[in-house]
Amino acid sequence: MTPSSSIAAPGATPAPEEHHDHHPSYLVDGTTIKSWVLTVDHKRIGLMFLFWVLLFFLVGGIFALLIRVELLTPGPTIMDAMTYNRTFTLHGLVMIFLFMIPAIPAVFGNFLLPLMLGAKDVAFPRLNLLSLYIYLGGAFLALWGMLNGGLDTGWTFYTPYSAHTTTTVAPVLFGAFIIGFSSIVTGINFIVTVHTMRAPGITWFKMPLFVWAIYATSCIQVLATPVIGLLLCLVTVENLFGFGMFDPARGGDPVLFQHLFWFYSHPAVYIMVLPAFGVMSEVVAAYSRKNIFGYRAVAYSSLGIAFVGFFAWGHHMFVSGQSTFTGGLFGVLTMLVGVFTAIKVFNWVGTVYKGAVDFKTPFAYFCGFLFFTVFGGMTGIALGTVSLDVPWHDTYFVVAHFHFIMVGATIMAFLAALHYWFPKMFGRTYHEGWGLVSAALIILGFNATFIPQFLLGNNGMPRRYYEYPERFQALNVASTAGASLLAFGFIIIAMYLTYALVYGKASGKNPWRSKGYEWLSESPPPTHNFVGPQPVFPEEPHFYVDPKKAEVPDAV
Amino acid sequence: MSELLNDILFLPEAASTFAERIDKLHHFVVGTTMVMSTAVGLAALFFFFRYRRRLPAQATEYVVPTLKTEFLFVSVPLVFFLAWFGIGFRDFTWVTTPPKDAMDVYVMGKQWMWKFSYPEGPNGVNVLHVPANRPVRLLITSRDVLHSFYVPAFRIKMDALPGRYTQIWFEATKPGTYQVLCTEYCGLSHSKMLAEVVVLPEEEYENWIKEQRRGRLQDRQDALADNSLVPPVARMVEQGQVLAGTQGCLKCHSVDGSQHIGPTFLGMYDRVEQLEDGQSIRVDEAYITQSMMDPGAHLVAGYQNVMPTYQGKLQGPETAAIVEYIKSLRTPNVREGASEGPAYDAIQ
Repeated sequence: MTPSSSIAAPGATPAPEEHHDHHPSYLVDGTTIKSWVLTVDHKRIGLMFLFWVLLFFLVGGIFALLIRVELLTPGPTIMDAMTYNRTFTLHGLVMIFLFMIPAIPAVFGNFLLPLMLGAKDVAFPRLNLLSLYIYLGGAFLALWGMLNGGLDTGWTFYTPYSAHTTTTVAPVLFGAFIIGFSSIVTGINFIVTVHTMRAPGITWFKMPLFVWAIYATSCIQVLATPVIGLLLCLVTVENLFGFGMFDPARGGDPVLFQHLFWFYSHPAVYIMVLPAFGVMSEVVAAYSRKNIFGYRAVAYSSLGIAFVGFFAWGHHMFVSGQSTFTGGLFGVLTMLVGVFTAIKVFNWVGTVYKGAVDFKTPFAYFCGFLFFTVFGGMTGIALGTVSLDVPWHDTYFVVAHFHFIMVGATIMAFLAALHYWFPKMFGRTYHEGWGLVSAALIILGFNATFIPQFLLGNNGMPRRYYEYPERFQALNVASTAGASLLAFGFIIIAMYLTYALVYGKASGKNPWRSKGYEWLSESPPPTHNFVGPQPVFPEEPHFYVDPKKAEVPDAV
Repeated sequence: MSELLNDILFLPEAASTFAERIDKLHHFVVGTTMVMSTAVGLAALFFFFRYRRRLPAQATEYVVPTLKTEFLFVSVPLVFFLAWFGIGFRDFTWVTTPPKDAMDVYVMGKQWMWKFSYPEGPNGVNVLHVPANRPVRLLITSRDVLHSFYVPAFRIKMDALPGRYTQIWFEATKPGTYQVLCTEYCGLSHSKMLAEVVVLPEEEYENWIKEQRRGRLQDRQDALADNSLVPPVARMVEQGQVLAGTQGCLKCHSVDGSQHIGPTFLGMYDRVEQLEDGQSIRVDEAYITQSMMDPGAHLVAGYQNVMPTYQGKLQGPETAAIVEYIKSLRTPNVREGASEGPAYDAIQ
């Protein structure tokens, strides 16, 4: 600021940021481009991640719509087979590696973790900024490869097809390899932050459940990501120089690839949904003004999912020729993931019991989330039932299942988080009516898109089909109609949130009267999160108890 | 009832013994799932309404679950999940363990078609003829990349892997024509890799086979097929015998029981071999194929690891022919006779 502007004329209307004169909000503390691109503030890094993640979501979404339009008729509709194969590969890659995996941890984890722990920043702020640029570097390398040649293997890169295909494998896989480092770096940073940066009073069992979820996610990221990194390198080398790791014609083993791939990619599902579970634990407590029912059960089940998630990868390979016994073993372990998820669902519903429900937009997303998680989880258990997987494997049933649990649950949580913490991030509020309308549209559109796909799978339509037999058409048309409804919902959200960003009413510090720790600082927070002496956190998060009304027993 | 459920769930016609098992479990799983989700959903809806907020800063009671509640939360789903798993695993074991009296058909996936060969009889492209009410074992492999053999009406699916055989079996219950789809993405024309299974009543099937042997239809189908990929000799055993000679197998393996550089082929199939590493293995299609591709992987005790690999030297059908030849050098043919379901030990 120039010296003249820091002295306000007497009687002048104060500017919005006037209030924090000595501690301006992180949004206005430095306005040059340099102050953003070289920032080490976790909140600014979180916002920059938000920008890119949304951009890639738009790209992935456009490709999803192209796929749905192509599948409107049984034969060719708007593109040829090769373009279609590249389109679904691009859709999968962008959505998984560039949107789903970083969406909640890199945006909301970054923004909220230090606030929820009473810390000034994450443990390694510079490493945090580096993770953003690693992510962007990998993303643009992969996208460059996709546009110059285009990969047609599907996001699973199964060998030996990926070793033989003449499309551009190397830059795309190398891009994904680089993005993996971003994941690892963020994970390490969060783990160290949780271990070392908690304010006095925040014991492990007073941490918000979002922190628990991010912590469990980070453990998976650090342990599993190196495996896919090495695997992607091996496939690249195989494709470029003809190494024989996975190609049986050179003595390799294609099933080895699948083991290594799913050893990462199955836990990666939990990298996507665990943070979503964390967000929902916060949202359900805030809008029903209740302490979490069974806090410890929810916290431990996050760790349980993270742990068991490592031992369930073989359920992707029930019909790959692995032994019958192995199939059974992976089947049982898959059931355990279902049990841990069931614990969470029951405890979320229990949290509403005797609460005081305020049916705001994020809570509407919680309802959608509950439905998608229960339905997606149950169909997951059905798929884990070994014999049922035989007909369903690699059909649209699987497509619908993973869109329900991975995409449905994550999108619900991402939108709930965006709405719940919008005032925290920008100090402004959005239009509640539009919020509820678009939430209804999105939930409806999502169901209309993917419920027909369960039925398509039952009926026997394999995934990744450019053309399909006539009898599948009606359900495909229904699915495409649902997808357009879904897209419409997203357009409305983009419009009213952008409007709120500029013209939204000032929200004040804590518009939801939430007792989450993050609301103890200003909204938007100042650069170092908390002004004054080190904050202390005497109560557990989401403690809405009326002291006159109830005695407080020990939590189970 | 189950017909109605199948219609609601868009399930295709159930035309195999396995399909009946699958559908029963499917109904059970969908039924309990629906009841449980509805219960959870209704409870949630009731709570949303009953406990709606009346004052902006309303305080709530501190409610935590008892240990009993948490125990219920864990045990109820676990019991159901394990029950489903138990039934599912039993059926899975059943479908991956072919009965000994099953009729064998070799299936080879190739970008982008399915080829079928019968040990004694014709070859076919994209049309598989099988008799009704008789177990059929499919020995599945691929010539290039991964494919997956899927017949929705039979509810069976198995991946086709290059350089390896996988197996699955079925018993068709209704004569008719059923679609075969490829479910493992295999490149440009993945979605055009369709075939059909023609299930014939036993008698018609016998007639069909006889006709094939006479070579009338065979010629027609060969003309349609890509001839370079179909063994020119219809009888795989004969072709295998020729190949065993030309590929040099018989330089080291005898066919009369005498020991040479390698184990004799006579009676090798289905024999339990003692391995160099102390373990033992039953010689089946998978083991014979592996021994051709990677001879040192499971060396039979008492032999040197001197055999060269045939990886890349033999095409899929050639491998199948040699396997069939080795199989023909065993004692009784258990393929004859009616099916009595899974029989793990052949009744001699």
